[in-house]
Formats: sequence, C-alpha cells, structure tokens
Amino acid sequence: MIKISAKNVDVFYGKKQALFNINLDIEENQVTALIGPSGCGKSTFLRCLNRMNDVIDICKVQGEIVINDFNINDKGCDVVRLREKIGMVFQKPNPFPKTLYENISYGPSIHGMAQSKQEMDEIVEISLKKAALWEEVKDRLHEPGTGLSGGQQQRLCIARAISVQPEVILMDEPCSALDPIATAQIEELIDELKKEHTIIIVTHSMAQAARVSQRTGFFHLGELIEHGLTDKIFKNPDNTKTQDYITGRFG
Amino acid sequence: MNKNKEKLLAKRYSSEKRFQFLGKSAIFMALLFLAFFIFKIFSTGYTAFQKTWLIVPVNFDAETMYLDANPSKEDLEDADYFEISLQSMFNLDKNANEKQQNELKKMVSYFFEREIKQELINDPSLLGKTKEIYLTASDDLDQVFKGNYPRDLPEKQRRVTDYQLKIFDQLVEQGKVESKFNLSFFTYPDSREAELAGIASSFMGSIFSILVCLVIAFPVAVLAAIYLEEFAPKNRFTDFIEVNINNLAAVPSIVFGLLGLGILLAVFQLPRSTPLVGGITLSLMTLPTIIIACRASLKAVPPSIREAALAMGASRMQTTMHHTVPLSMPGTLSGTIIGLAQALGETAPLILIGMVAFVNTIPGSPMDPAASLPVQIYIWAESAERGFVEKVSACIMVLLGFLIIMNLFAQIIRHKFEKKWS
Ligand SMILES: Nc1ncnc2c1ncn2[C@@H]1O[C@H](COP(=O)(O)OP(=O)(O)OP(=O)(O)O)[C@@H](O)[C@H]1O
Ligand SMILES: [Mg+2]
Repeated sequence: MIKISAKNVDVFYGKKQALFNINLDIEENQVTALIGPSGCGKSTFLRCLNRMNDVIDICKVQGEIVINDFNINDKGCDVVRLREKIGMVFQKPNPFPKTLYENISYGPSIHGMAQSKQEMDEIVEISLKKAALWEEVKDRLHEPGTGLSGGQQQRLCIARAISVQPEVILMDEPCSALDPIATAQIEELIDELKKEHTIIIVTHSMAQAARVSQRTGFFHLGELIEHGLTDKIFKNPDNTKTQDYITGRFG
Repeated sequence: MNKNKEKLLAKRYSSEKRFQFLGKSAIFMALLFLAFFIFKIFSTGYTAFQKTWLIVPVNFDAETMYLDANPSKEDLEDADYFEISLQSMFNLDKNANEKQQNELKKMVSYFFEREIKQELINDPSLLGKTKEIYLTASDDLDQVFKGNYPRDLPEKQRRVTDYQLKIFDQLVEQGKVESKFNLSFFTYPDSREAELAGIASSFMGSIFSILVCLVIAFPVAVLAAIYLEEFAPKNRFTDFIEVNINNLAAVPSIVFGLLGLGILLAVFQLPRSTPLVGGITLSLMTLPTIIIACRASLKAVPPSIREAALAMGASRMQTTMHHTVPLSMPGTLSGTIIGLAQALGETAPLILIGMVAFVNTIPGSPMDPAASLPVQIYIWAESAERGFVEKVSACIMVLLGFLIIMNLFAQIIRHKFEKKWS
C-alpha cells in the first residue's frame, strides 16, 4: 500500500532550485532508502515530508505531497498534527538538555497522550524498550540525556520519535556519527520498527541501504534519477549514473 | 643566505619579546592604578566605620525636668530634657564663662538631648540618679580623635577652638572618650552634621530604584528579545530596529535623565526626587542591555534543539517557551544583573530628576523622596566639612561592595546554570 506520494515536487532556496520535479511513492511498513552524492537534495526532500522546511525563511516548496489522501502542502494542513504523525531523527543526536524521562515524555505530554503519571511511565518504558535502550538506562531515567554516549543518544532520539506513535519515521543519516557496533544496533532496530512504522532513511552507506531497505531512491543534482526495489537498484539499475554511483565511480 | 635567515629569526624573536614586555607593563600599570585607588579609598574611608563618643555624667534630676517621683510613660516622653542635657555639658568645666559654655555644648552632636532622653525612657529607674552616658562627639572632635584633624593650624582657621581641645584632651586622659563601631552610618539618613549622617536613605533609594528598574526593564526587554529573535521576520524593518537597539545602548545616560525630566516629571507629573521616577529612567537605560544579552543567549541555543522540538510537533510558541527560553535564561539573567549594576552606579540621570535633593528621612516606598548611593557620594564630596571626607570613601566602599556582590552573583548564575549541550 502506498503511504506517501510526492507529485511534481520542486523546492527552491531563494532563487536557487534544490529539487526538480520529484515524483516518488513510499510503501507502507517498508524501509525506503534515499541515496545520492552530497548536496543532491536528500535532506531537503526528507524535510518536505514533515514540513520542516517551513522553518527556513527562504525555502519554498511547490507540488503535492499526499499522505493518507491528504495534501500536506495545502493551506489547511496543521503542521503540529502532521509532525505528530511523522516523526524525525536527525543526523546528529539532539536530545533535549533535560532528563531521559523528560526527553521521552515531552511529545506525549504536549499532545495529551497520557492521562496519568502511570500512563506516562508506561509510554516512556515502551518507547525505550522499542528503541532497545531500556536495559541500559532504566536505573537513570532522571539523569540528563546529554550524559549518554553518542549511540545511546541516537537511540534516545529514536525513542523520543516513537513515543508519540508516529505513522512514519524520517531518518536523516542516523548512523553517521556512530561506530560500527552502534550502527548495527540501530539497523537492527530499524528492521524491528518497520513492522509498525513506515521508515524513510537517508544514508551515505551503500551497504547500509542494501541491508536495511526494501526500496531505494537515487538522487543526483536535485533530480530523482531512479527508484524501485533495493535489490533491483543495486544489482541491475536502469540508469548508468546509478550504476556509477553504486559501484563507487563518483560521489 | 643562511645568515640572512638567522637575522630574520632573531628579529622575529626580539619583536615577540618586545610585544610581551609591552603587554606585561600595561597590565602592571593597570594593577598599580587599581591598587592605588583601592588603597586610597580604604585608608581614607575605614575610619568612617568608627564613631567617637564622649562619656558624660548626666544627672536625671526630676525637678529640673518638671517630673514627679513616679512619672508615666507619657510624662517621660513629654518631659523637658533640655536643661539637664545642657547642664551635664556645662558640668565638664564648672568655671566656664558664657562663651566657653557655648563651646562646651558644641562638643557633642545636636542629637545629644535625644540620646539622653532615650536613655531615661529605656530605664526609668535612672530618675533622680546620675549616670555616665555615651554622647556622639561633634564631627570635628571625631576627626581630632581619629587623628585626621590638623591641630597645628592657627586657631582662627580651625573649627575646633583651643578651649574645646583642652577639655577634650582632659576627657581623653580620664578615659572618657571612646571609639565604637559606627552603626548609625548604616541606620541614619543623610544629615547636615557629618557625625550624624548615614547612608540609610540613599541605600534604600538605590534598592528601590533598581527594583523599579528591574520590574519594568526585565519583562519588557525579555519579551522584546524573544519576539525579535524567535518570531519576527528577518527584513529591513527588523534590521532597522536591531541597529537602533544597539544605538540606544550607546546613548549617554544623561540623555535618559533629560527624558525622565521632560516626560515623567513634566508630562506625567510623577513625584519628583523619588526612586519610582529614578527607576523608570534607569530602566530606559537598562532595557537595551538586557535585550542584547537576552538575544545573544537565545542565539547561542543550538538550532538542533529547536528542530528537535518542532519535529516532535511542538508549536513555535511551545518550542520557544519550553526549550529555547529556559536554556537562554542563565545568560539573560547574568546580563540583567550586569545591566542593573550599571544602573546602580548611575549618577547623572538621577541628578536631573531631582534625586540630588537633601533627604533626611528613610524612604518606605518607591514613592517617597530619596537619594541614591552614587548621588550621596556626589553630595558629600561637595560638602566642605572635614567629617564628610571619610564618609565619601566609606560610601564608595559600600557601593563597590554592592557591585562586586552583584557581579559575583552574575558569574555564579552563568557558571552554575549554563547547561552543556553535546
Ligand atoms: N538552508 C539552506 N539554505 C540554502 N541552501 C540550502 C539550504 N539547505 C540546503 N541547501 C542547498 O540545497 C541543496 C540540497 O541540500 P541537501 O541538504 O538537501 O543535500 P543532501 O543531499 O542532504 O546532502 P548531504 O548528503 O551532504 O547531507 C544543496 O545544494 C544545498 O546547498
Ligand atoms: Mg543531508
């Protein structure tokens, strides 16, 4: 089933166009990887999906992005509700400088998801368990989140993102600041999360894209060159640029 | 070729040495001036914290005071203390002629009658007895006792007569002169008599002024800074505002004083010489300082924190109030305290709005006339009496102490509460 469908999306930073006529469908409960050389517009596209580009004054997004039969670029779209449904994990772990507990409970509390302290405790525990962090931190929930290691911080950010039970999770190079062991943990986690969430991940690692994703889109200079099943893109791409990039001849 | 290189190297080393030497001597000079200044202030000022008392026997004679044997409290309040007070001073020299008696009276402060009265009210059983009582010495004798008074001047040029000195020296010999901690310096308001002048009025005036200043400037400045930094669109108009806030911070303070005079006093008819008007005037001055500090600390909050909150579905307002503003508070608060410390040291605008008037009452609210510490320094420095010289230094010490405490507080807030983000 198609969860997100981008139609004729153009993005401009001031006068400079960063994305050209992107058309891409994202399948529900699958992992979609976005790959491509640096500066090709992967992050820009990802940020279109939860309207994070609104924050940048000079950024203009045109075209349709349909999620659950609703165009999020419509004037009537409520970004607060949208971002509750579409969570995001950033390249650099960015926990709030607050306790672990407060980091997780922030989303549910502003969206009024817990009626009592007990329910909140439950949400925090479940989120941390899903993010495979519970065992490591259950004794220090009230210590600052910034005191964790980089990999733990990134899992904390994932736990924070899933605490509001989003339908979609956007991940922008979530492992680029992590060592191979932490990366492996997160990849395992992504595999687990796709049962309940639709995941879109930007990555620079071909191996990672091949390992975790079912579908892949290849961006180059602001255009979506090719997209489809990961197996096909990696084994038998239609476009020579894709072929060159995957085999490491440029980018 | 090689020689040339060595020459060049030697030149580079020597220029570095020269530079270091200049830097070190600059620091040395600065420290020297500072040390000299502090030494001067302390050496002239520390005596102000001591006060000289004459111990004089007073005969609480009921008849002279028109009291019966068992007077009520009201009777004691209304009794005539003038005669016994005068008499006890005259008794210091039984052979004094009229002119000398007048000089005897002037050896103590004009408060002496009240000091004697207080003694009896505190202990009514003294009635009919004689007791030795501590009386505040006149400021000139105070200075004589502290060794600040040039005795070798010809009598005509002194405010202390040879006769007074003779009696005083006798008292000293008998151990009837004592120096004690000068509590009244902190509890009395200003006075024309140096021995009775204190900083209570100006201290309270300063406190009220900076409280008014804080209450007005802080919320306005923080709201302005938050709006400008987090919500306002970045365009020519907001750039223009930003430039003007920076300009406002550079406006000489006396201009704000004129503004207070022209608008607060003339147009709004607020009461003259009050900490209310002083505080409002100072708040105009402090406003840009706090806005700049608050904006700088908002800017220092990493954008990744804002993005994290927004991506969780927080609205812009929630992101600002839950995350950005709390994280910026340490910087804002320390900026505020530094702004207030500047305001505390301001003199010119307060003089313009009339806080330079002679005030001999302690203000109970910001609506009562008052002076302020720096203005008090100015007033006393203008006074001719020798007794005020040490008061000026002492008042400077109090002001400096106040400022040091505030700056320390700002440092502590900055270091203790500033969160470290990864
Ligand atoms: N805030 C911005 N203002 C102006 N231009 C921007 C901004 N963000 C991105 N761009 C431009 O848009 C283009 C796409 O950037 P984007 O960050 O989407 O690339 P990316 O594919 O994520 O690169 P990387 O792999 O290095 O993260 C780049 O040319 C970049 O210079
Ligand atoms: Mg990117």
